[in-house]
Amino acid sequence: MEKVVRKYLGKIEAQGLAHRDDVLFLARDADVYASRSAVGEERELLRVLDGMNCSALLYARLAEPYRSILDEVVLRDSSVAAEGRVFPRDAETRTFLHDIPVLDTFSADAILAALSKRKTAIIRNHGIVTFGAVTPEQAFIFFSSVCFTMFVKYFSDTLQRFRQGEIAGEALDAFRRIWQETERTCTVQHAPVLRSGVPADADAVLALMCEAGQAVVSTHLVDSCFGNISYGTDEVMYISQTGSSLDELEGCIDAVSLAGTSSVGITASSELTAHKRIFAETGLNAILHGHPRFSVIMSMDCERTDCDRERCYTSCPESRSVQGIPIVSGEIGTGPNALLHTVPKALRTAPGVIVYGHGVFTACRGDFQDAFATLRSIEQACMDAYEREVKTQKCERPEA
Amino acid sequence: MSGYTYRSIHVDLSDRSVGIVTTPEILCREYLGGRGFGAAMLSDAITHAYDAPELPLVFATGPLVGTAAPTSGRMSVVSRSPLTGTIFDCSVGGRFGTLLKRAGYDYLRIVGASSQPVMLEIDGDAVTIRSAEGLAGKTVSEAGQKFDASWSTAVIGPAGERRVRYASIMIDGHYSAGRGGLGAVMGAKGLKLIAVRGSRTVPVADPAMLTTARDSIMRLLRTSQAVFGEFGLAEFGTAALVDLMHARRMEPTENFRKTVFPQAGAYSGYSMKSRYRTKKTGCAGCPVLCKKIGEGKEVIPEYETVSHFGALNANCDLSSIVEANALCNDLGLDTITAAATIACYAELEGRTVPPAEMLQMLREIADRRPGRGDALAEGSLRYASSRGRPELSMSVKGLELPAYDPRGAYGMALAYATSNRGGCHLRAYPISHEILRRPVATDRFSFDGKARIIKIAEDLNAVVDSLTACKFVFFAVSLEEYAKALSAVTGFPHDVQSLFRIGERIWNAERAMNRANGFTAADDDLPARFFAEEGSSGAQIRVLPIDRQTFLDARARYYRVRGYAEELAQGEDGR
Repeated sequence: MEKVVRKYLGKIEAQGLAHRDDVLFLARDADVYASRSAVGEERELLRVLDGMNCSALLYARLAEPYRSILDEVVLRDSSVAAEGRVFPRDAETRTFLHDIPVLDTFSADAILAALSKRKTAIIRNHGIVTFGAVTPEQAFIFFSSVCFTMFVKYFSDTLQRFRQGEIAGEALDAFRRIWQETERTCTVQHAPVLRSGVPADADAVLALMCEAGQAVVSTHLVDSCFGNISYGTDEVMYISQTGSSLDELEGCIDAVSLAGTSSVGITASSELTAHKRIFAETGLNAILHGHPRFSVIMSMDCERTDCDRERCYTSCPESRSVQGIPIVSGEIGTGPNALLHTVPKALRTAPGVIVYGHGVFTACRGDFQDAFATLRSIEQACMDAYEREVKTQKCERPEA
Repeated sequence: MSGYTYRSIHVDLSDRSVGIVTTPEILCREYLGGRGFGAAMLSDAITHAYDAPELPLVFATGPLVGTAAPTSGRMSVVSRSPLTGTIFDCSVGGRFGTLLKRAGYDYLRIVGASSQPVMLEIDGDAVTIRSAEGLAGKTVSEAGQKFDASWSTAVIGPAGERRVRYASIMIDGHYSAGRGGLGAVMGAKGLKLIAVRGSRTVPVADPAMLTTARDSIMRLLRTSQAVFGEFGLAEFGTAALVDLMHARRMEPTENFRKTVFPQAGAYSGYSMKSRYRTKKTGCAGCPVLCKKIGEGKEVIPEYETVSHFGALNANCDLSSIVEANALCNDLGLDTITAAATIACYAELEGRTVPPAEMLQMLREIADRRPGRGDALAEGSLRYASSRGRPELSMSVKGLELPAYDPRGAYGMALAYATSNRGGCHLRAYPISHEILRRPVATDRFSFDGKARIIKIAEDLNAVVDSLTACKFVFFAVSLEEYAKALSAVTGFPHDVQSLFRIGERIWNAERAMNRANGFTAADDDLPARFFAEEGSSGAQIRVLPIDRQTFLDARARYYRVRGYAEELAQGEDGR
């Protein structure tokens, strides 16, 4: 247990979500392992663990800018005041976490009640608590998802509030601090150089994919176990397995027969069919899918108010784009409204496509250099677009 | 609470009495339904022999049955197993559970025994015991013929009548309450057939909330490659696992002497879909439809069945596998135990059983023909023991292991051992995370963390079997979504942890019944082969024998997590 907990503490720090001293990670088989001693009110968490049928419990005070983002969302989101919960806007978190309860007190009873209904909870003025029903990794994934969804929600909602003239005073001060810290921790410009050239054999394909996956994670273009990557050849599509972390792909890539004669692809990414269709319809064989934050945020920046917002995720009839990058709707996985029906078509004419509220697909031929460069440039363009939008609302640019 | 009819049927076949009773509220609150109902109702009768009239045979629905909650058209059949001697439940699909609920009943409890074959007809409020003498000796399909599509039937074949210890109860002809020999319990009661129909609606407390819960469940299901993906269960049925288990080198081959069968592709999901041009069918209320029917009405076997009539018996003749499945269904035999018992026989004989002989053996077993048929009708453990080689029965608590070699998935190894009903993959189904990576991947060659994981999964599946829902949807969905669906149906505020407490209560009740029948830690163990022999290593995968001490340590941790001081104090011999 100790080894697993240390691994995920390392990931939490590497993603800039929290400092390990601010995390209390409890994991257990027959015995409980604690990442550090529980102090003060944190001792309540031991009672929470006793009351739950689970393998791990994770509590963390966040690092900046996430700490301020969380505080701002809890302070200003109308659904927190009205219903005591946050409703995520991004597609993955909506699907997997539904909504996130906000607790006013750090008490075992309150936390237990919340975690009996949801996978995670926010404790006002404290941080995030979550659990792993099966493994500690799940607790990490949920924690990372909440940080992601808070980031997206904060910047999405704030842009709307700028437009409505609601950002002033303390809210403006907070935004400036958060923006400054966001720019400071942005790593999209500090990207590693990927190897070039067509891989000579299967081992070379796997090495190429592992390298590209690590690059996507190191530039924070995807978190925890989200995103996926594939490489198509004449007969086989190599694709990351479902639930795999793109920075740990060794042993987690499926070789799926393009003829469909074997079902080993049952463990492949849930976007397998989308990847296959991209390859079939465009000939582009190196495909990346990440969740860059400002791309997700800007994909949801739509000023129309006279339509059913639920349809944005599934079947928006509008032709939308940001900085020339097409935005399409589409759900995860299969189904009549799945992104596999929209993304391949968009990639016929564009090097990348943003799926509404979800993430970005990019594709190229031969190696991953262009796909990775496109992924980064889309995110940078969306971040720039966000900043311009804020300035357009006659808000002074936050000083660095 | 809504979701229940609060009416149930008690039948005593000895005096041919039928009573309609009120389903106790406390039973609903503390045991949910399905498997939980069975566990509660068996607890004071579990020491009776399987053929004692006093032993109840329970058919129980759950609170979600008959509602719009996805995959809720199941029920549980519960009694004591003739094969293992343990408490035993089978979760089974088809339409029986739904129609029993629509007829206005939560469960059906049968005790007593009839000296002459009888059948039970439940037509809404009318519950009638009739003579079934004309059906004696008939196959499942022959016996069910007189009932049209408005009915659902639960039928035993010749195997159940002759008390083959692994006789099944067949629902609607091809959904099997297969494992553990509950067909022999039904046979011992002289009950050949139950037919049910009904048309009532099941009350739901909050239909709008149920719609929301259903939408969440469906959205999650669509994200799952294992369920709705192009290689998933909806496309290939459970036979989708053939290629995967082959690639992971954990397909039991030749009575578990090997773990790879080179010809497995002959009966893969793809091969069967191509050859039989399959279409989808499935249980009432299921959006997945994992059951496959061929163009010529062939019932396509499940993964366990193709693998055991295939690799386990070194047989790559697809026609014979499909025919063996059909034969087992019609004779009323559990396919897993039947195939595994034949594989055990083959090893004892030192040869491979050819396909034609395999099919012939199934008929001999179902008829309990004197000699080989009668001996094999006892199951592999009793048969191998009778020949002085009990170690060649690949079983736990006498229940033959299904088609996941425990040397390739250590959580599966532990779960086989701790299972309350014997060598079963479905009590904890660690294949979900060890192989299918759901909800999260775990290291399949490690016991680290597995004691707690198995305990949690056992509790979870006790809940799922009591709801009564399908385990396959839990590749994508969690108890969180089903707690909401259950709250919507019943109007009672269930949550994840309250449901887990119910699951734990059911599990512990089952364990207590097994203790009452003399089961000890010595029974929570695997066949010695898995600790001594290497599997078929290759393709950069070593399938090593399981380290005995590491296994025992994990089992001890499991007992500690469970709080089972009794088993923890027992030695390997159970004393």
